Amino acid sequence: MASYSTNEFKAGLKVMLDSDPCAIIENEFVKPGKGQAFNRVKIRNLKTGRVIERTFKSGDSLEAADVVDVAMQYLYNDGDFRHFMVPDTFEQYQCNEKAVSEASKWLKDQDMCTVTLWNDSPLSVTPANFVELAIVETDPGVRGDTSGGGGKPATLETGAVVRVPLFVQQGEVIKVDTRTGEYISRVKE
Amino acid sequence: MLTDWQPTCSIELLHLRAQVLAEIRGFFLARAVLEVETPLLSHSSGTDPQLNFFTSDYCFYPLQQTLYLQTSPEFAMKRLLAAGSGCIYQICKAFRNGESGCNHNPEFTMLEWYRVGFTLTHLMDEIAELIALLFKERAPLNPTQRISYQDLFFKYTGLDALLFNYDDYCVFALKSQTPEAIELCKTDHNAWLDFIFSHHIQPSLGKNALCMVYGYPACQSSLARINKDNSKVTDRVEIFINGIELGNGYYELTDAQEQNQRFDEEILVRQQNSRPVIVKNMQLIAALEAGLPECSGMAIGLDRLLMVLTSNKHIEDVIPFSLARS
Repeated sequence: MASYSTNEFKAGLKVMLDSDPCAIIENEFVKPGKGQAFNRVKIRNLKTGRVIERTFKSGDSLEAADVVDVAMQYLYNDGDFRHFMVPDTFEQYQCNEKAVSEASKWLKDQDMCTVTLWNDSPLSVTPANFVELAIVETDPGVRGDTSGGGGKPATLETGAVVRVPLFVQQGEVIKVDTRTGEYISRVKE
Repeated sequence: MLTDWQPTCSIELLHLRAQVLAEIRGFFLARAVLEVETPLLSHSSGTDPQLNFFTSDYCFYPLQQTLYLQTSPEFAMKRLLAAGSGCIYQICKAFRNGESGCNHNPEFTMLEWYRVGFTLTHLMDEIAELIALLFKERAPLNPTQRISYQDLFFKYTGLDALLFNYDDYCVFALKSQTPEAIELCKTDHNAWLDFIFSHHIQPSLGKNALCMVYGYPACQSSLARINKDNSKVTDRVEIFINGIELGNGYYELTDAQEQNQRFDEEILVRQQNSRPVIVKNMQLIAALEAGLPECSGMAIGLDRLLMVLTSNKHIEDVIPFSLARS
């Protein structure tokens, strides 16, 4: 496997650190005028999601991590695992709840999402930035209210709970930004 | 269409740079300090263990030589001083290979000056006056802070910078959540000082003020002379504003024999770290033997000074063309 020197570290680069796959977030060259050169690196552990800072001696290197993002279709949940498929090749992958984690509340059968593979096994799942989901439960709104202020909780078909404006009714399909968990708009069917 | 023909800094910054250069020249003119120029290309380079140089090939058939781009104009300027120039200053380019980042461009502009008869204290007074002149209308600073390296180190870490106690240093590394220091620095006191200073001290120095740190540990003396009252410290000063290192000054070493010995030690360190071999600058040794007047000298990175003046976070915001666009 290839390796990368501190000089090649840049945001997004995937490397192995302490036996875990990690992504570089930030790399700062630190050198006192007359002193040793270091690289202060901000790095995300892709298994735990934790962000840490670590200093390296300039010129040191880390092994590259075989991490790729693949667009897949979510198929179904068999109770133990969630199953995904690469549409072009029909290749299937199963993910445990740990890898799916937060994404689970946005995943609807047939929807596309991004599965991050490490050495060809799923590491994490990222839902599409915007998803369209039906409201299965919310209080009846106040008739005539069209303002965005206030709002009320609504439970979606995948189990996620988002705040929606008062005029949005049970049974309607809404568009949600999965990065912020915020309601965007109603979707006309 | 190519867009990288454009400068990385704004046109306003070109004007600011020109004004700052003019004010610096006015400052030294009023003090009868002579502006000089020395070669950027030279037959030898500094032996500083932490600096990497650029080389170039000089071809004048049948002569073929390697010439070095200076990492600082120090040696040539000291030769002028030894030849009787009196107080001198220079604004020039310096080159350091492999240095690139928010605060580093491998080619940068340096202001360097030498004051005959000045001690480090005199020099620090003059630095404060120059900085005050450049900042007063543009970004007024809080009162100047002066603190010794040992006091500063103790204040931030509780450690003695002059006495290397490996266990204490390791405990600090763990406590300050940088355990990697133990592996990186091992038992190298110098490396520990660099690590701790740059990670845990420097970022807090000079909050909107000039902070002058003097009395560096003797193991970080470079070309400064050892303090006559305390052989554990050296008469060296570094200046910081808003956590940025702006410059470095010395009460200059004038002893040829000691200089020769330090060159040999630095060359040995370079060898141990497998850095490119460098021959020591015998011209400087000869100049010191002929007699370098008692003097103090200071170097300031002008690009960083412009960064601090304008609150820019990246050096490419203050230079016309960064390396990538050069």
